[in-house]
Amino acid sequence: MQSSVPTEKRTKTSQGKQNRFRFLYSKKLAPYVFVSPFILSFLILFLYPFISAVNMSFQQVLPGQVNYIGMANYSRVFNPTFYTALQNTTIYVILTVVILTVLPLIFAIVLNHRLMKFTNFFRASIFIPALTSVIVAGTIFRMIFGDSDSSVANQFLQFIGLNPVEWRYNAWSAMFLMVTLASWRWIGVNILYFLAALQNVNHDLYEAADIDGANTWQKFKHVTFPAIKPVVIFLTTITTINGFRMFEESFVFFETSSPGNIGLTVVGYIYQEGIQRNDMGFGAAVGIVLLGVIFVVSVIQLFATGAFKKGDA
Amino acid sequence: MDKKKTTKEKLISLLFVALFSIVAFIALFPVISLIVASLSPASDLMRYGLTSELFYSSFDFQNFEALFGSEGSKYWQWYFNSLVISGLLIILSLFFSSMVGYALAMYDFKGKRLIFVSVLLILMIPFEILMLPLFQMMMSFNLIDSYFGVMLPLIVAPIAVFFFRQYALGLPKELMEAARVDGCTEFGIFFKVMAPLMLPSFAAMAILQGLTSWNNFLWPLLVLRSNDMFTLPVGLATLLTPYGNNYQVLFSGSVLSIIPIIILFLFFQRFFIEGLTSGGVKG
Repeated sequence: MQSSVPTEKRTKTSQGKQNRFRFLYSKKLAPYVFVSPFILSFLILFLYPFISAVNMSFQQVLPGQVNYIGMANYSRVFNPTFYTALQNTTIYVILTVVILTVLPLIFAIVLNHRLMKFTNFFRASIFIPALTSVIVAGTIFRMIFGDSDSSVANQFLQFIGLNPVEWRYNAWSAMFLMVTLASWRWIGVNILYFLAALQNVNHDLYEAADIDGANTWQKFKHVTFPAIKPVVIFLTTITTINGFRMFEESFVFFETSSPGNIGLTVVGYIYQEGIQRNDMGFGAAVGIVLLGVIFVVSVIQLFATGAFKKGDA
Repeated sequence: MDKKKTTKEKLISLLFVALFSIVAFIALFPVISLIVASLSPASDLMRYGLTSELFYSSFDFQNFEALFGSEGSKYWQWYFNSLVISGLLIILSLFFSSMVGYALAMYDFKGKRLIFVSVLLILMIPFEILMLPLFQMMMSFNLIDSYFGVMLPLIVAPIAVFFFRQYALGLPKELMEAARVDGCTEFGIFFKVMAPLMLPSFAAMAILQGLTSWNNFLWPLLVLRSNDMFTLPVGLATLLTPYGNNYQVLFSGSVLSIIPIIILFLFFQRFFIEGLTSGGVKG
């Protein structure tokens, strides 16, 4: 009140500035501005499409017109082609989960061992496959596992006394190709996850175990495994969900059609029906059924790994 | 520890290195084959496939010449599209996702838990279930066959939000108070004080987002319609046709398509391996 003119003036302008841009200083408002991109994207790119996917699954979507047809899409879903796709996907999930958990764990333990050498070189080289796209990797795999007798894989089979295989035309070998491609691309990444977890294991525990006279297996079971269990749960969950989403590994070997649907996956089926045959309602219904499958599997998995037990993990 | 290694330890060491030499060979073999194939005459590849000999009638750059020289080829257009889309996506997704992750870690506000649960929810629900309604939405917005249509679903990346949050949780909150006392705005605090402290996480996410968008396939396959708009994976996939594969361009094109991602990886590698392992796995 009693301040001199210039001071008053200064206070006034700075207050005016503060009023106009107060949100810039507000600890209350700022976080909402920060998270607003996520809120927008959640509403527009997740919640709305999710609701319309459910809605669409009860519709027959034709160009320019939409009819509600109740459960008709769902009753159509359970057909032999869908069962084939679901069976392929399930086998793929089981194989990739086992391969991409067990092998990386073994390799990470070896790589983390004090007697291991050239660790950095090996770490870098096993990671290279993860940089390639499925399309590029698949192109090479198609050549290595070529149908002709002179392809690398068939030459190897003949070398060990087996008959050459037409890789893309048998059910078992088609699955082998897709699983091998996925395992090849992701094994290095999973090894890195395990390596990080192993490096955080408390070394005192090993010494204590040594004093108690524990053997290697007992040390793994009672010290190593409990410590890396969160990573095991994380990787099996991720691999399961990625497995159910699989489309590209199949696409690169078979495009959109394979003999007897040996390469068809559930997402491939959604693509086939929803995009190629333009039957969006039916495709959406397949998607909702897939979501149900994933949900049930995840819940079983979480119970089995004890993630719901209190005070654990 | 003993000074001299025992014979048994030497043997184990040798065994481990041998095992990993095989693993590394399996990891690198396909990539090496690709390079060899790109330098081999396409007619040989057509006739024999990729053989274990790896030596063809000659080594030359014909395939690359075909890639550079042929008139109708859209390869460089695809390359350009991929570079623009991935470049923009790295910048945009890092900008938005880091803000969200930072706010979730550093502020207390109403609805924070709900937002974090939403982030986890998006992570759990596969994109493929939403792709048909999203595709319909892009059609009604007229975004089919446009860069923006390809980019939209990836701009706010929940995995990056999650990662930035984990990283920001470790930042000292006292710095925020100090900056406030100095008259810094909340946004100034983030951009001038905290974001520089989060640089390693930015590097890690630059690789992850670059890798994701560079190799993204299913969504661009849906959204992109014209040859001129294809990204590299979609374009290369069109060369793999049931009516015969265009090996000449396919192999040389595939080799060149890996280069930017290798550069990005080498550039940020240290942070990536750290980042991948520190952020993602907290139970």
